[in-house]
Amino acid sequence: MIRHLLSGADPDLATATQILDTAAEMATVAGREVKKLPALRGRTVVNLFYEDSTRTRISFEAAAKRLSADVINFSAKGSSVTKGESLKDTALTLQAMGADAVVVRHPASGAPHRLADWVDGSVVNAGDGTHEHPTQALLDAYTMRSRLGRLAGLHVAIVGDVLHSRVARSNVLLLSTLGAKVTLVGPPTLIPVDIAAALAPGTLVSYDLDAVLPNADVVMMLRVQRERMNDSYFPSAREYARRYGLDGPRMRRLPDHAIVMHPGPMNRGMEITPEVADSPRSTIVEQVANGVSVRMAVLYLLLGGNNL
Amino acid sequence: MACPPAAQSPASRQPSVKVILTTADVQRVVDRIAHQILEKTQGAAGTVLLGIPTRGTPLARRLAARISTFEDVAVPVGVLDITLYRDDLRRHATRAVGPTQLPPGGIDGKRVVLVDDVLFSGRTVRAALDALGDVGRPASVQLAVLVDRGHRQLPIRADYVGKNIPTSLAESVKVTLVETDGVDEVRLFGGAAL
Repeated sequence: MIRHLLSGADPDLATATQILDTAAEMATVAGREVKKLPALRGRTVVNLFYEDSTRTRISFEAAAKRLSADVINFSAKGSSVTKGESLKDTALTLQAMGADAVVVRHPASGAPHRLADWVDGSVVNAGDGTHEHPTQALLDAYTMRSRLGRLAGLHVAIVGDVLHSRVARSNVLLLSTLGAKVTLVGPPTLIPVDIAAALAPGTLVSYDLDAVLPNADVVMMLRVQRERMNDSYFPSAREYARRYGLDGPRMRRLPDHAIVMHPGPMNRGMEITPEVADSPRSTIVEQVANGVSVRMAVLYLLLGGNNL
Repeated sequence: MACPPAAQSPASRQPSVKVILTTADVQRVVDRIAHQILEKTQGAAGTVLLGIPTRGTPLARRLAARISTFEDVAVPVGVLDITLYRDDLRRHATRAVGPTQLPPGGIDGKRVVLVDDVLFSGRTVRAALDALGDVGRPASVQLAVLVDRGHRQLPIRADYVGKNIPTSLAESVKVTLVETDGVDEVRLFGGAAL
């Protein structure tokens, strides 16, 4: 088993499959009367969040608590970080407190990789800048597998702001390991040149959503980050919604079995219409529930044994 | 008593192996435990068999099949994975988690018979009891094992024992079953001169 989870490319096929299989077992705990397992008793997990987040932080917290680990939540606001403490000094403080795992979200791409050199425990990347968000990719893969029964050979369209999306990057890396085929779709200004070759050869790029939909098994809509809307990546929000938003008529162009995913939070009316978001094909709420199971699996596999 | 220590060492050397139960013995023993369960539970009413992976699972299924042959009662069978409840998780590389499957009726208020292949230190059964407490509240819990090899480290005993095998700690007991290993057999490895 791997020691850290920093990138969607970290787990090989066997490890990724083990994480998904373990997550399936962890999911059964959610249906029990006692939603707790003793596997990580006495271990400490620190949630180190330099960026705002609700679902990821809560999801990691719930996962660690269900495994009986002690959880320390640290958010940059209201901490010594506002007094100017560096990431390294914060890391050494956590180390001194005996953190077995650090779950880190940071606005700077690569921060978790630096952190991994400074602490003895495991580091889990919970989103770094516009770089990666591997547990989101794992929970997306888990959701696809549980809805469609397989991952190998699936055709996944990832639509929207690929340029700024850590979810897209981690998904491309992990899905290529798992044997799925990915097409990145969006306006040319939001898809970096050569991204496909740089991440995973075999990844396709398209600027035409309507052409991709009829043979997609999964459509993953990315959030258009509000702060980008005025940055001239596209002429107007309405034009973006017209060309790259998923609405009812577009959804009906999908094959019957196809599912619609969104990492959240959504901009209803922008990249996805309420009709699509609330349709039975949408897995958006499922993704949140699966997030806890997948993060339990990751924490157990990183911390459960003596492989530190 | 002159036990050559070489019997334990290199794997390529022929270790001393003794067959404790043959294929026919295993079947007889399973039949007997099935009868004992029927006798002790007044016809297996309200009883659920839970196998502890790996080899407790097929044993539980066999016991249920024999019970239904003998008395025509269907005993629900399930699987109880105890990996996450082990007390030695941290002494090994991370262990893979297996499935836990409870029968459709659940285990609340039932008489649960835990089924395992070998009873040794008792730590597996301790973990199983903890796991059981988290998935439901059985009326009572019993334990059935194919082999009891002694050396208990916890105050645990079995209600149904296929065969008691006095062993030394240097020896190891290996149960193989058709479902998991291709052949029904119980063997004792690395013991004193036969």
